[in-house]
Amino acid sequence: MSAVVDTPQSPDSAAFLAGPGPKRKLPGWSVGLLLVAAAIGALSTASYLTGVPQLTSSGTFQTAVQLAMPILLAGLGGLWAERAGVVNIGLEGMMIMGTWGGAWAGYQWGPWAGLVAAAVFGALGGLLHAIATVTFGVNHIVSGVAINLLGAGVTKYLSTLLFQPVSHNPRESPPVPKFDTFSMQPLGDWLAELENEQRVGISDVAGILKGLVTGVSPLTMLAILLVPITYLVLWRSRFGLRLRSCGENPVAAESLGVNVYLHKYAAVIVSGALAGLGGAALLLNPGQSGYLENQTNGRGYIGLAAMIFGNWRPTGLLGGAALFGYADGLQLRSGGGAVLALLYAAVLALGVVVIWQLWRRRWVATAVTVSGALILYWVYWSFNELPSQITTYLPHLVTLVVLAVSAQRLRPPAANGVEYRRG
Amino acid sequence: MNARAVLLPPLLAIIAALLLCSIALMISGGNPLEAFGAMIAQVGRGTTAVDIVNTGSTYYLAALAVAIGFQMKLFNIGVEGQYKLAAIVAMIAGGAVALPPVLHTLFILVVAALVGAMWAAIPAILKITRGVNEVISTIMLNWIATGIAAYLIQQSVFGELRGNNLGTPVVAESGWVPGISLGGAGTIFGLVVLAVLAGVGYWVLMNRTRFGFELRASGESATAATAGGVNAKKMVLVAMLLSGATAGLVAMPELLGRDYTYTLNFPAAYGFTGIAVALLGRNHPVGIAFGALLWAFLDKSSVALENVGVPKEIVTIMQGSIVLSVVVAYEVVRRITLAAEQRKVGQQLGTTDEVAA
Repeated sequence: MSAVVDTPQSPDSAAFLAGPGPKRKLPGWSVGLLLVAAAIGALSTASYLTGVPQLTSSGTFQTAVQLAMPILLAGLGGLWAERAGVVNIGLEGMMIMGTWGGAWAGYQWGPWAGLVAAAVFGALGGLLHAIATVTFGVNHIVSGVAINLLGAGVTKYLSTLLFQPVSHNPRESPPVPKFDTFSMQPLGDWLAELENEQRVGISDVAGILKGLVTGVSPLTMLAILLVPITYLVLWRSRFGLRLRSCGENPVAAESLGVNVYLHKYAAVIVSGALAGLGGAALLLNPGQSGYLENQTNGRGYIGLAAMIFGNWRPTGLLGGAALFGYADGLQLRSGGGAVLALLYAAVLALGVVVIWQLWRRRWVATAVTVSGALILYWVYWSFNELPSQITTYLPHLVTLVVLAVSAQRLRPPAANGVEYRRG
Repeated sequence: MNARAVLLPPLLAIIAALLLCSIALMISGGNPLEAFGAMIAQVGRGTTAVDIVNTGSTYYLAALAVAIGFQMKLFNIGVEGQYKLAAIVAMIAGGAVALPPVLHTLFILVVAALVGAMWAAIPAILKITRGVNEVISTIMLNWIATGIAAYLIQQSVFGELRGNNLGTPVVAESGWVPGISLGGAGTIFGLVVLAVLAGVGYWVLMNRTRFGFELRASGESATAATAGGVNAKKMVLVAMLLSGATAGLVAMPELLGRDYTYTLNFPAAYGFTGIAVALLGRNHPVGIAFGALLWAFLDKSSVALENVGVPKEIVTIMQGSIVLSVVVAYEVVRRITLAAEQRKVGQQLGTTDEVAA
């Protein structure tokens, strides 16, 4: 039974792919595993000490996986574009196009057609971004903002035109058929049994695992598969090496015979298609009836933030998407009390960080971390329940805090966002 | 810059946007000429013309706030959150105090500007001390501001329930700003004057002061400006504070001229409109004014489209394609001008060579 304890499935396979980073003592995959183990340890300890079982319940994790997928796909989209040197703030607009396209085709021909249409509609947005930024040299952020406006506008217009006659509501599509979901049986039942036994540690891990193996849709599997695929294509293929060289030093790449424009176009179109799939993940998984206006609600931007959080690498991005999905899933299912318990877990995690920093004799960093932990603890202590209006925006707050803590250690592609002219 | 380089791009962009929308209209079975005709005819009807000026003043302030950042390549995507938080805090503060007429208005305006500046200071400080990209941090702060506003407006905090809508306490009459009544055509907000003043102030600041020069210099080349003795970090902070203070004023013409309370129904997304309008106007105070009026025209006269059987959402497509085509058009015209200049220089060099030979 205890064999399960240290090997949660998806983060494990993801951490394996971390690849050789800068020189460090431990290989990347073991650091990833340690981080995952530490996070689970902090969560289950906090859940035990605060008496809030939702922190590690299977329900929370099932919701978290569903909420993480759109962010993961949008983040992968951002990764493709930015590795080729194009900032893609238009992910949100491309995602909206994806939700609309997915609903339109899914309503008529079923979920798989919806999936393809979502990717195609997103890719159209990507194509537009590529034309503006690569061919015309428009500022990447300006073009992205315009695409977000246009994505919202086009879908509004098309919904009024095509959905309203069927659904009698210009802001909504008719219900769209969903993917069937799979659960790993009898593993799921056995884990549920284990979770209900309320044993310290073991039940927490069982709850997390059950959440990860229950109600998995083909789209979720595809999204998770796309992480290693992206890694293999971008880091282990000739095409990927050329694509990344366009984001690091396009002049050098061109001088070595790489067609920079072509690679940038390919990257931004794939980026749009991935964002479109992210839109489909909001639509074709059970729970949502169809296209809704403002359905994406800024997830494109969160995807971008997850990518920055993950230091422009697929595994880091997976971690970022998991974090935001978890924060979102927790506040959605369990409200303010559980969020406070999460703060408690953060205090515990910071405690471990303090010990590590003391051991490394980083005094200033220790002082900063201690004061951060004290503030969090004060918030935990002085509120009974955070107001729901504020916990709704927890993922955004987490993004901001994580960026403030880590921004200076991140390394974006060197020529990211820089206009490139041939010749 | 000659007149061609200034006027040609926006004209090209509007023509391109009209073409795109005509195609969209024809695909969906509408008549483009009829639709555009109905929109223009709408301006003369009822209060539409005054509405355009009033809404335009709001867009103008939002665009100025964005443009201050743009001048030094600083992307303040956070105007949205800054104006929202500023509006709600200023209305709560304005509803809570009793002051003589002009003082009361000034107090509300100052609170709004201060709150906007404070909210903009967060991304500025994060950028200076931690190197956080201001685009991402301001986007996150927009949502957090929305959350705080929703919290503050609750009945258990500062809100009041009137009818079935939550709002802040109503500001006493001493804080109102009287408008200019045009009878049946509507009333122009008094604070339209504030927008005009802000535009003049912006022009003077950018073109006639040392600060404006340093700001634009650091936008052109941060390294060159630093070499010339400009403190880049200080410029980022001051530019963001000014931008945030201007953003804080965005909602004031409407709130002090018509609503006197901030309700949940208060229109959102002025910040994103501001970005688009600042792009249309190329950061020039007069250009922005035209952009703001054009945007307000598209918004207000779109109502007429329903009468000719066209969904008014087509206007959003038009706005989006105008922005995209205007940035593309400027880029194309810039390149053509550059190529022409190079040719001219080449010819001149060629002739001097011949003379020498």
